[in-house]
Amino acid sequence: MSATTLHAPPLSRTRLGLRALMGAAVVILAAFPLLNMLPQDNVLHVSDFLVSVSGKWICYAILALSLDLAWGYAGILSLGHGAFFALGGYAMGMHLMRLIGPRGVYGHPTLPDFMVFLGYQELPWYWLGFQSFPFAMLMVLLVPGVLALVLGWLCFRSRITGVYLSIITQAMTYALMLAFFRNDMGFGGNNGFTDFKELLGMPLNTGAARATLFYASLLTLVGCYLFCLWMTGTKYGRVLTAIRDAENRVRFLGYDTTSHKLFAFVASAMMAGLAGALYVPQVGIINPGEFSPGNSIEAVIWVAVGGRGTLVGAVLGAFSVNGLKTWLTSAAPDLWLFVLGALFVAVTLFLPKGLVGLIQGRGK
Amino acid sequence: MRGRRLYLDGVSVVFDGFRALNNLALVVEPGEMRAVIGPNGAGKTTMMDVITGKTRPTSGVVTFGDLDLTRMDEASIANLGIGRKFQKPTVFDALTVFENLELALKAPRGPVACLRWHLAGAGRTRIEEVAAEIGLTERAHDRAGILSHGQKQWLEIGMMLMQDPDLMLVDEPVAGMTDAETEHTARLLARIAGRHSVVVVEHDLEFVRALGCKVTVLHEGTLLSEGSIDHVQNDPRVVEVYLGR
Amino acid sequence: MTRIIALLLLMAAAALPARAQDAFLDALPGLGGNFTAQAEAVDRLGAAGDPRALPVLRALSDGRLVKLSDGTLLVRDGAAFTNAATGAAATPAEADTQRISINNRVRVALRGALGRLQIISPDAGERLAAAEGIFRSRSADNVGLLETALARETVPRIRDQIALALAVSRLVSADPAAKMAGITALGGSASPEARSLLLESRAANPDLAGQIDAAIADIDRRLAIRRVAETAFQGLSLGSVLLLAALGLAVTFGVMGVINMAHGEFVMLGAYTTVIVQDLLRGHPTLAPWSLPLAIPAAFLVTAAIGAAMERGLVRHLYGRPLETLLMTFGVGMMIQQAVRLVFGAQNREVISPPWMQGTMLLPFDIPVTANRLWILCFSLVVFLLIVAAIRFTRFGLEMRAVTQRRPIAAAMGIRTGRVDALTFAFGSGIAGIAGVALSQIDNVSPNLGTGYIIDSFLVVVFGGVGSLAGTLIAAFGLGVINKMLEPWAGAVLAKVFVLVAVMVFIQRRPRGLFPQKGRAAEA
Repeated sequence: MSATTLHAPPLSRTRLGLRALMGAAVVILAAFPLLNMLPQDNVLHVSDFLVSVSGKWICYAILALSLDLAWGYAGILSLGHGAFFALGGYAMGMHLMRLIGPRGVYGHPTLPDFMVFLGYQELPWYWLGFQSFPFAMLMVLLVPGVLALVLGWLCFRSRITGVYLSIITQAMTYALMLAFFRNDMGFGGNNGFTDFKELLGMPLNTGAARATLFYASLLTLVGCYLFCLWMTGTKYGRVLTAIRDAENRVRFLGYDTTSHKLFAFVASAMMAGLAGALYVPQVGIINPGEFSPGNSIEAVIWVAVGGRGTLVGAVLGAFSVNGLKTWLTSAAPDLWLFVLGALFVAVTLFLPKGLVGLIQGRGK
Repeated sequence: MRGRRLYLDGVSVVFDGFRALNNLALVVEPGEMRAVIGPNGAGKTTMMDVITGKTRPTSGVVTFGDLDLTRMDEASIANLGIGRKFQKPTVFDALTVFENLELALKAPRGPVACLRWHLAGAGRTRIEEVAAEIGLTERAHDRAGILSHGQKQWLEIGMMLMQDPDLMLVDEPVAGMTDAETEHTARLLARIAGRHSVVVVEHDLEFVRALGCKVTVLHEGTLLSEGSIDHVQNDPRVVEVYLGR
Repeated sequence: MTRIIALLLLMAAAALPARAQDAFLDALPGLGGNFTAQAEAVDRLGAAGDPRALPVLRALSDGRLVKLSDGTLLVRDGAAFTNAATGAAATPAEADTQRISINNRVRVALRGALGRLQIISPDAGERLAAAEGIFRSRSADNVGLLETALARETVPRIRDQIALALAVSRLVSADPAAKMAGITALGGSASPEARSLLLESRAANPDLAGQIDAAIADIDRRLAIRRVAETAFQGLSLGSVLLLAALGLAVTFGVMGVINMAHGEFVMLGAYTTVIVQDLLRGHPTLAPWSLPLAIPAAFLVTAAIGAAMERGLVRHLYGRPLETLLMTFGVGMMIQQAVRLVFGAQNREVISPPWMQGTMLLPFDIPVTANRLWILCFSLVVFLLIVAAIRFTRFGLEMRAVTQRRPIAAAMGIRTGRVDALTFAFGSGIAGIAGVALSQIDNVSPNLGTGYIIDSFLVVVFGGVGSLAGTLIAAFGLGVINKMLEPWAGAVLAKVFVLVAVMVFIQRRPRGLFPQKGRAAEA
């Protein structure tokens, strides 16, 4: 190295290690549906349950990634990311409801069952177009994106940050939950949407559909991860971290922080919407409970446990916390909420960098 | 001579009945170096806040060339060519020295531009120059968070240089520096002046003397005296303020 | 008690003129005759105004009046019989009793007669019901009866109702002067029914249209005032709930700047403390009725102790890191909630309201006000004043203000800042506990009790201006009233959504709330 020429240092060993971990996890997950096809008595057989539950976790991991982009990188602690997830899910749910067509209980050619039940004569205008898959996918991205754009623009422009922003996002998802519980919103009220039949011509309750959705989710996760990795590796990513740590200082450098935060927040909301859209056909139901503030906060703890500000951490956190939840809610259901609460306390007090921090600590 | 003229007239800032600035007037010509001194609470930092858009004046005129600064936000004012070094050094701890300088480098500031940004040869050379100038070449790839206080001060001056502003506002650049560092800073600032207008706020009168420029004395938010360092040091009003009544 | 009533009855009976007694006995046998005779007898009994007729007619109406073969009429009450004429007990042979049936015509007559008779019943509730019944029957024949009843009546509320019934009877009478009096009297009421009666009679009395319209306008004005007052009370009531829930937070978040997401759980713990105090005192002869007031200090101490422990053990390690504090306290809240769920079960616990908190009272313009809501409204104001006083006038309040404004200087002056932090946090938590006592009276006491309040409380504190207790007060009542104003046309849920959105937008316009803290300290 000459005296004045500065070369970027090579990636640290822990960074590479974390990326390898991510790669390994993806490969192992990718094998699940294949191993599912092995005979039941084979040691490598993966049960239907594990395939479907890990399909859900992959969607949660995408949500965690999106939250990490907003919180870990841009410093926007959203306590309402579940709302973007749910909106994406509802957009997908509307598509799935339209695809049921005359196969509903009431056999109405266009109206979903709940609308027939509530005495609707025709589809509300905002249901039009959802029979088309490309349109529905557009809405999956657009609806959370526009909500994030409006809310973010209002908040960031008025320089609402920190706790205030968190509470406002929480109030947002709470308000949406109350609104979606109403029958006259035209979204099925309390019961939401369920009894889906097919997606893209593929019947939903088959192993093939499960495997397809699983791979679609996994691909999306990898895509989102690479997208975030690219994004955070550019100067834009460094501007975001700078905003997170000292927003005022960034302004004095001439950056319009509002537009930078808005960009990240909208991208993050769209990713969350995508996660929700993949989640709904896998679990077969979407209802207003998905908007409950508790869901959003749980997503925050995934990121915190994994290690915010690192993409692998968010994914790791989503898998580990949800794995723990799945195991504990069947082994000792009463304990789960204690453990979740204790996780909040323990991570904030003792493990601010999460599991990834532990790994990095050992690497050094 | 490049640059614009900074012009403040009749500027007042009132916080909840307390007048932080009171009918302040100040003119800094392009390329001029100006030292601003005054006891604690004289309104020096508030004056900088007003110029950089952090605080809106309750009344008065603040212009840079023919632009009205009171109508602009911090980012636009910074992009206009007004750089600021804060009293308490604020660098981005999570980023390396190199990355801190890169962020400050004059370049398109929008999100999309940042995403597509690629550091070209000229920009890299500029960063290397500034890193050398502030003596942080060796530490270019260390995270800024682990620098010493003095080094953070230098880094922040470096970031201001990267912005290549027409006007630099430098708030207490030598606080917490050793004598050698202070001397170095004085030389650096003297070199910068001429290319840029510089306003230095400082307590250290020896340092101000070393700058050898016109001095403005503030007291209770208003202009008390202006002139050479010898002139203001002999001004009876200044003596009274500094030595008590 | 029953004896006294019986005595009063006897005295009332004795006071009536002998002619009336005769009328009662004269008319009575008619009830055993054919339908025409029955109807006539019922009318006569009703007009006679004799209290003895009341149980007999009621028995007839309910199918409990029986006739013996000798024509004696008996009132059956379960297995017991009494003589309709004398009131003496009787033991007839079962085979001999014949139930007296009635037809619709008799039923109509009965309704009128019973209505009239009840108006002089010794029971206040019956008199009120009778007045309402007569009001609805709108017959001109009742003017005389009502005038008598009005003269005897002493209970103001029943007097009003009788006057209303009288006004209606006059309205339908033939006498123009009485009609005018009726219209004027109805115009003085605030009854929607009176309004529709006037509207109906407008067609029948074109010559009085002007007066009737004026009377209707009068009623409309009163109804509007009542609606506004009703909404205002409901809004203030909701506001008092918001205020109670938010006050503790106004101290921990507003004054200390510490965000406590377990605040709702402290409210819930306060409510459960109320349940425990009540269970402990159940059966205690002197203390049991006072369990609710006694729960107030108990809840304060319990939640304050937990708050102090939480501050010393956890929160203080995260000062200056609000987002971490938010997450950590949320976790604590989750654990508290689950612990309560495991100990007390997930279902709602019953809290008994003391008698003085039950029932409804009427304010002027017939605005119904439930007692517990009124108590909670007053209670919230008292708690508010006590907090303001504690912060203004006590040594602790002084130290608290000193520490929050300039911590290092307060420490330099010998204030133990750590202790003040813990006490302030405990104080705020204790207030949340007190809120729980009050909320246990109107909300379901379940482990989820607090969840619903946390977002509302934060919005109230932020809306009012962080650090301003007066702002919290105004924000709470303001939001409560606005919410209730929106409800009639938006529905309860949508009104709440609107308020949430409105507050969010408001905070964006004025991030420091209605009453911002001023000065350089607030610039950050």
